[in-house]
Amino acid sequence: MNIVGENRLWSRIWQFYVPLALFAVFLLFPFYWMLVVSLKPNTDLFETDLNPFLLYSVTLDHYRYLFEETDFWTWTKNTMVVTVGATILSLACSILIGYALGRYRFRGGTFLGAAVFLAYLVPPTLLFIPLAEVISRFQLYNRYWALILTYPTFLIPFASWLLMGYFRTISRELEDAALVDGASRIQAMWQIVMPLALPGLLSAGIFCFTLGWNEFLYALVFMGSGEMKTIPVGTVSDLIRADVYFWGSLMAAGILGSVPVAVAYSFFVDHYVAGLTAGATKG
Amino acid sequence: MALVRTPVAAEALRTPRRRTTFIQRESTLAYLYMIPGWSILLLFMAYPFFLGIYLSMTDRMLGWPGANFIGLENYRILWNDSVFQQTVRNTAIYGIGTVPFKLLLGLALALLLNRPFRLSRAVRAGLLLPWIVPTALSSLAWLMLFNGVLSPISWVLKDLGVIDQNINFLGSAWNARISLCIANIWRGIPFFAITILAGLQAVPNELHEAAALDGASKVQRFFSVTLPVIRSIILIATLFSIIWTISDFQLVYVLTKGGPANTTHVFGTYAYQIGMGATDLGQAAAISLYMFPALALGAILLLRYVRRED
Repeated sequence: MNIVGENRLWSRIWQFYVPLALFAVFLLFPFYWMLVVSLKPNTDLFETDLNPFLLYSVTLDHYRYLFEETDFWTWTKNTMVVTVGATILSLACSILIGYALGRYRFRGGTFLGAAVFLAYLVPPTLLFIPLAEVISRFQLYNRYWALILTYPTFLIPFASWLLMGYFRTISRELEDAALVDGASRIQAMWQIVMPLALPGLLSAGIFCFTLGWNEFLYALVFMGSGEMKTIPVGTVSDLIRADVYFWGSLMAAGILGSVPVAVAYSFFVDHYVAGLTAGATKG
Repeated sequence: MALVRTPVAAEALRTPRRRTTFIQRESTLAYLYMIPGWSILLLFMAYPFFLGIYLSMTDRMLGWPGANFIGLENYRILWNDSVFQQTVRNTAIYGIGTVPFKLLLGLALALLLNRPFRLSRAVRAGLLLPWIVPTALSSLAWLMLFNGVLSPISWVLKDLGVIDQNINFLGSAWNARISLCIANIWRGIPFFAITILAGLQAVPNELHEAAALDGASKVQRFFSVTLPVIRSIILIATLFSIIWTISDFQLVYVLTKGGPANTTHVFGTYAYQIGMGATDLGQAAAISLYMFPALALGAILLLRYVRRED
């Protein structure tokens, strides 16, 4: 290899691979750490002379503890019920709102579009205190409906905005042609436009699922006691008891609780990225 | 049909489109389609918002019936409350100590990921992880990385001879604030990176080539070709990040719960402590609502930029 080529290789290493590797180490190290700790026997864990980055022996005790001594299965079931319920409800509402805002001209359309966008910006920390009052007035406290009905407040604005952009990209002539052929508007929507919007529906669905799965504050306040905890709430509240930290099981729960969203998005990573950027730049 | 006399319907009749029945009209359907979603938003977002304004002006306690109207007393008490004052300062520190770093590091990562390289898709997917996993759970990893006894960061520094004693990352006010900022930056970098990356892909290659032919250096090309194209995306992502940082809860709740000695609260955790811990719902509602002016400003700016983008 001549000197010019070697220089180019070195500059690529220094200007590209080294910085990228540093980012990778910083961003991925906490996950590596969780994995290592979740597999490490307590004797090694608390032996501060040992190199903490390495595994000297492997145990599944922390995972066993999680399944046998805590309500992890119940938390998982709760999280599933709430997330799936909120996702279905939100998608149904958002398809309708997104469709109307994206494809129909009507008085107040612009205003309602802006209102949906602003609703997306309302953070749970602003509302959770009075919302707790509303939940108890409706007698939903510690019931699945408490979260299935409140998660849509942040899922609907996001999904509607995302789907609005998607529906807008689908040609109007196609729909008009169907109308001329005698289809009703509702038929045109379900038979012509919806199939074309499937990728958009998919990314909106993944988004609702991950946002619902990851939610913490509402789950903590509205469904945070007894057998009704979700995975994040149960993990944080039951595996840290006063000053006692069940580190191995905490990390095991962290990994298991992250797997569903990691899987959901690794299958659809392109949709996810498209959705994230649509969400970030268009709402 | 009586409905024909409404102005909207009359307008529809004037347009020379094909004859449509009431239910077939775009506007009718549009309003119908709004009903389910907006019912939920009105019931669980608009209603609690106004209820919150009312609550903040009462002495309502959790688990007690009734409440007395006390005007702006809660706001006045908080204004003079040293913990609340610290909470406001913390939020400012939290924002200033994280958003610029998330932006710059995210931009750098986006520029790296924008180059073609092997496995780029897998790398992009992997580096997005901090953003997509549940924050409450990934914060547990940070809780251990910042632990006073078990922290591997302390272990490395001790091994290198930089320190003799473990660092108490979460044990003093400033240590804890800085630790919170680091974990927050970690979580936020992927959001900026992926958002900016999408913007970078809209930068026309021809412009870069033309500028290179004119003898522009890499840095010059970044400022004169790339930056103008991604400027608005950067602004939008930054505003989002500011809003989310002001209204954060999970990270602070898991790492410090506002401690040590109430020195690291943000609005969300302090409202939780006053509302759920001390059961003073009125004052807790007021704490949350103190966020409102800043959030509203951010939201209005964002709406303007997003509209301009359209």
